[in-house]
This record gives sequence, structure tokens and C-alpha cells, in this order.
Amino acid sequence: MTPPLNEPPPPVVEMRGISLAFPGVKALQDVDFRLFPGEVHALMGENGAGKSTLIKTLTGVHRPDGGQVVLGGDEVAFSSPGEAQHAGISTVYQEVNLCANLTVAENILLGREPRRFGGIDFPAMRKRAGEVLARIGVHIDPGSSLGEHPIAVQQLVAIARAIAVDCRVLVLDEPTSSLDAGEVAELFRIMRVLRDEGVAILFVSHFLDQVYEISDRMTVLRNGSLVGEHLTADVDRRTLIAQMIGRDLGALEAIEDAAEKRHPDGPVLLHASELGRRGAIDPFDLEIRAGEVVGLAGLLGSGRTELARLLFGADRADSGRLVVDGKPLRLRGPRSAIAAGIAFSSEDRKGEGLVADLSIRDNLVLAMQAARGWTRPLPRRTKDQLVEKYLKALDIRPANPDALVRTLSGGNQQKVLLARWLVTEPRLLILDEPTRGIDIGAKAQIQQLVTTLAAEGTAVLFISAELEEVVRISDRIVVLRDRRKIAELDGSVTGVDEVVELIAGGAAPEKVVS
Amino acid sequence: MTTLAPRVPSRFLPVLATVALFVLAFGVGSARYDGFASGQVIANLFIDNAFLIVLAAGMTFVILSGGIDLSVGSVVALSTMVTASGLQAGWPVPLVVVAVLLIGSTLGLLMGLVIHKFDIQPFIVTLAGMFLARGLCFVISVESVSIKDRTFRDVATAAIELPGGVTITYNVVIALLVVAAAMYVLHRTRFGRTVYAVGGSESSALLMGLPTTRVKVGVYVISGLCSSLAGLLFSLYMLSGYGLHAVGMELDAIAAVVIGGTLLAGGVGYVLGGLAGVLVLGTIQTLISFQGTLSSWWTKIVIGVLLLVFIAVQRTMVRR
Repeated sequence: MTPPLNEPPPPVVEMRGISLAFPGVKALQDVDFRLFPGEVHALMGENGAGKSTLIKTLTGVHRPDGGQVVLGGDEVAFSSPGEAQHAGISTVYQEVNLCANLTVAENILLGREPRRFGGIDFPAMRKRAGEVLARIGVHIDPGSSLGEHPIAVQQLVAIARAIAVDCRVLVLDEPTSSLDAGEVAELFRIMRVLRDEGVAILFVSHFLDQVYEISDRMTVLRNGSLVGEHLTADVDRRTLIAQMIGRDLGALEAIEDAAEKRHPDGPVLLHASELGRRGAIDPFDLEIRAGEVVGLAGLLGSGRTELARLLFGADRADSGRLVVDGKPLRLRGPRSAIAAGIAFSSEDRKGEGLVADLSIRDNLVLAMQAARGWTRPLPRRTKDQLVEKYLKALDIRPANPDALVRTLSGGNQQKVLLARWLVTEPRLLILDEPTRGIDIGAKAQIQQLVTTLAAEGTAVLFISAELEEVVRISDRIVVLRDRRKIAELDGSVTGVDEVVELIAGGAAPEKVVS
Repeated sequence: MTTLAPRVPSRFLPVLATVALFVLAFGVGSARYDGFASGQVIANLFIDNAFLIVLAAGMTFVILSGGIDLSVGSVVALSTMVTASGLQAGWPVPLVVVAVLLIGSTLGLLMGLVIHKFDIQPFIVTLAGMFLARGLCFVISVESVSIKDRTFRDVATAAIELPGGVTITYNVVIALLVVAAAMYVLHRTRFGRTVYAVGGSESSALLMGLPTTRVKVGVYVISGLCSSLAGLLFSLYMLSGYGLHAVGMELDAIAAVVIGGTLLAGGVGYVLGGLAGVLVLGTIQTLISFQGTLSSWWTKIVIGVLLLVFIAVQRTMVRR
């Protein structure tokens, strides 16, 4: 199945010394890249390492300032994605870039429809589209409108479009980020079929498991430069991560050590008893101490976010009591929670967190300004000091307060969101999926930050789908299943396996922290 | 199309709603007024609105691509002016026709290029085009110029007899030919499908390797061409050229297209919808003239209400 990697055929794509600068940024510096027929090649790197830029240089969206692109032995310079497609380079982007208002068949074949008497031959087109879909084992009606299908199917239609032409190179830019496990398996099956047919596949993913499962070879980029090219079998995860983030993994381990050494014994900050909301989460008890990191573990839909929203007053509880600082608190809405020193960083950072079209500065001061009331504007000096402090503390890039949040990478947006709440100096910080969709380096920084905050006395409620992360940084872990709190574990002695067992429904005894 | 309807009824729902509205309005008229339910009343709908049908067809292209063309009314006026003064100066009719169509298409091309090259909203560019064309009318003459050319008058007054004693003008034939051509281009050609793709998602269309530039500029050329053709039809209808002809007609065209179910955001709609929209507007006008006691401004009020209703319906459909 795997092609012979020791004696590879000549590469189908060879990029030599590619450089590209955007205003103020050197996006790519002297990058070499090779792609062989019949291989799945993973392009690895953090957010902002230049993966997307390199791909866009290959697919004709950007033109390099320097270097050459050789395709099948001939030097090429594409001026549009159309030209690249013509030459056999097809791309499937992270967001489905198709037209939901057209039919599946049109989305697959638009621009190269079969024609008869000068007009489009729709029956022939549906037939062709059906054949292409069948080739990758997708059975949907080509005449149906694309918008009717779920995103995962649309993604497969995008792949069908990519291979409907004589495609030598297939570029998949984070195709799995919106797919569930079964859909990913389906995608990989299709990728293997195409690879065995001799298609060269360039694959980008943030999920290391997937990269190791599917790829034969990988190229690692960092800060727009080439770090190395390896056979996947030759490089272990540790080395890969070290190459990607360009620093020792010591940072990650230090976090773990810190969490293990700490025994938070601050005063009880928040105490919820029998707090619940019908249809969202069953009544639960929860105690959070100052300086403590409490992790919430559970599957999607287990009630993680719902619990957090109750504590923040985003939803009203219909049973139970909440005591903050020994005084009962009735949450009438987020405003009263904020007044009590509770901050909630939403999982949907674009929809519920940041204002994408405002600058970093404006986003940072939003929450603080809201707390002060609109009648007392913050003086510019104070703003600048705050912004400078947090830009530096959180290592937000670019460190330009006037940059629009929309233009930042996911990891940096998350940091801005965090900073926005930190500005208000909350005593309880609720973080819902703060590390989702961001790269390893930024993840480590955010985890580090959580640990630091806790050490300074802030209580943190940490929600993440990644159990390893929860287990690593939490002092105490609350496990949820089916909208119910089922266990509370001591974070320093609990392993991932134990939590998985509980979530999966195994009958582990309930352990309560001493 | 009918085979698709049961499977994806939602796609055709707005057009069907407009057709139903037309039938309803016509039914109401037939029930209330003697002589309303005659073939000639229907024929008159087409005769009196032939130019608007052509405008709506061109406008459908632009709106489908996600743009808007505010210049069409002024281009109609400019076309009547060029026609009338050209004929007055003794130009042969074919030369006048070619000149008018060239002027309209060129204006469309220029606006399309500006929109594309400088990445300016179509609203602003075509607003500028609207002022430009309107102003050019008065450069030619500030007076109304009547058309006395024999050939032109003969064509204008020629009646084509249909079975049942109903007569239509050449204008109607031309308008229906334009609708047929527009349908063919939109549904059967690569250009037409790309118009839909660009309206659905321009960035997707670009990344799919489609010729978005050609389409984005092309729709304004088509709209310009349709406007100048509509201007010729309007000259035949009014037998005069005047700088104050067709004031606000661009809004009637947009209203007809939107009432016909075409999404202002682009990507969804049909030429037939625009035709149905024009017929609805025409029927309302006819109703009010049959009533006799109502001011013609009631037409505007009804159109306003209809527009609001249709836009609200579209909103909910998009949200769904």
C-alpha cells in the first residue's frame, strides 16, 4: 500500500527557494518543498508558520517574490487558481469553498461542464458528477442542491470537484477540522484510494494523530522557514513538536510540574449547591477555591458549557443556590456575575467573544469599560498602559494595538479574548475551550498562563475537550456525563485513562478531594 | 424544471408565489370589473411594460451576481434622446439602433470595469453612471424631441394580430425574445452558471477557478445592453426622446426583480421571476385605472407594501 519511499520517483512538484513578503511580514523565506506522486505529504507548522502561504503560492493565489516552482519538470508561474487547476493542482480549503446555491453536480463540474449544441448538457453533467462521486464512494443525488447537505458531505463534494479533472496534485488544507471521527475515517479512505492511484496529496492538519495515521512524509515549517523534511516513520512526536515550536518541550512539562506541586488551600470562593437548570444540566454541587484550577471533563453535549453558563448567569438557574465569598448571590445576568468578579471566556470566540472588526486595543478595553459604565470613559493613557502590558504578558502577535482582531490567527485571537477578561482582574475565570483550534505553541502559552494566574490566587474553571490538557493543568477534575456531574477527582493523581473510563460509563468509585 | 419542482420546491417557491400573486390580482380584477378578463388586457400588460420586461431581464443578471445597477433608467432616457435626435438629424434607423446599443453597452462596460478594478460598491458606481447618463441627455437637448421618422413610426404603430383578435406590438415580441435569450444564457451557458456561482459566493467562485472577472464585468455590459434596448422600445412606445423620460424606472425594474423572487444578495432567482414581477406591477396599475377613482399613486403604495413583504419573506428563507 505504501509506495516505496527509499527510491522515490522524481517529484511531481518541486519548489525551490520560495520567498514571499507581505507588507511588514516575511511570510516565506527561502523555502524548499518537494512532493512525490503517490504519497500523502503532511505540511506541519504552527499557526503563522507559513503553511497556508506556501500552499497558496503553489495553487496560484499568491505569486512568490523569489524562487521557482517546478511542476512535472517544467517551471511554472500561475497567476490564478484557475491556471493551477488547469495544470493539475486541485485544492480543497478548510472552509468549504463551493456555492451552496448551486447543485452538487454544478459544484463538481462548473467551469468544465459537458456541453451540447453550445449549451450545458445537464443530464450528461449529472452523470459525470455521479461517476466522480462514485469514485470516492459518495452516494448522493448530483441534482440536489449543495446547501441541503451537511458540511462533511460538502467537504467530500469539494474533493470530488478537485479530482474531477485530471488531478496530479491534491492539496487538502485542514480538511478535517469540521469533521467527526467517522467522517475523518471516510476522508482517509478516499485519500488512500487517490494516493494509490498515484495522486500526490498535500495534507495540512493540526491533529497529530491524523498526521501520523495518514501521511508518508512531512515537511516542517517554522516562522516562514523550512525546518526539515522527514519520512513520517522516522520522526517521533516529541521531535516533531520540538521542531514545530522551535523550543524544548520543557515548557509543557514545567506546567505539569507546577500543577503537581501546588496544593491550593485558599478560601472557598464560590460554592454552588444543587444548582441546575432543566434541560441543560442536572442539579450539581461545586466548590471552587481561590487559586485553584478546576477542570471540567466530558464529551461534547455532556453539559460542560451549560454548567459554565449557569455560573456566569448567561442562563438562569431554576434550582439551587450560589454562594460567592460566603454571601448568597442571585445571578440575574452576566452583568451581576461580572460585578461579582466572574469572567467567562466563551468557546465561540468569534461569535460570542471578540468583535472582529475592532482593534486589539478596543477589544481589550471592552469588558473593562463595560464594568466601569459608559459614562466614565477610560483615559487613553490607561488604555495604552493596559494594552501594552497584556500584549507583552500574553505574547500577542502582531504586538500592534491597532491591528484588527479579524486579521489575527486563532491562537492570538484567543489570547486577546483572555486578555480582555484579565484586564478586569476577575477572581473566577471560566475558560470554555480556550485552546481549541490553536497551535501547540499558543496552547502551551495559554496553559502556562492559567497556571500562573492560579498561582497568583485567581480561581480558574477550565473546560476542554482535550482530556490530556484538562488532566495536566487541573488541581481537581469534575467529570460530566449526560448533563450530570458524575465524579470529582484529584487532578494530581488522576490519569487520562481514569477519566476516560468514567466518561465512557465505567463504574469507577467517586473520589472526592480531601 | 418541472421535474425538479417536487424535489426542491423551495427553490421555485418565490417565483411560484409571484405567479400566484399575479393570478390572484388578475382574478380580483376579472371579478370586479367588466371587460377586465380579456386577452387584450393581458396583451396590453405586455405592450405597456415591454421596456420594463427587458430592463428586468438585464437587472436579473446584475442582481444574481450580487450587484445592483441604478443607471438603467437614465440609460433608457439617454437612449430615447439619442434615438430621437439621431432620427431628427436624418440618420438611417439601423445606424441609430446600433449607436444606441453601443452606447448602452459601453456605459455598462465602463461601470463594470470601474467596479471591478477599483473594487468599489456597484451602488456607488452605477449611481454615478445614473447621473452621468441623465446629464448627457440634457447635453443633447433640454427639450423633448419628437420622433417623426416614417420607418420608426411604422414599426411603432404596427400591430401583430394574434388568434382571438388580440393585437400586440413588435415591442412585445422583442421583449419576449430577450427573456428567452436571458434564460438560455443564465441556465444553459457557462457564463450564466458562473453568474450564479459568483452571486452565491464570489471567493468560492474564484477559488474554484471560474472566470469571475469576466462575469462581474459582463453582467453590467448585459444590463447596459438591455437598458439601451429598453430605451429603443421606450422610444417606440413614446415616439419621443426626453431627458426626463423613465425617471425612477431603475427602481421599478429592481422592484419587479425582487418581487419576482430574486435574492438581492445574489445567487438565487430566475428571469421568469422578473417577468412575473413586471406583470404583477402592471396588473396593479391596470386594476387602479379600471377602478378609476383611485389616484395612480396607489400603485406606488401597493408596490411598496409588496416589496416589503417579499424582502421579509426572503430574509426568513435565507435565515432558515
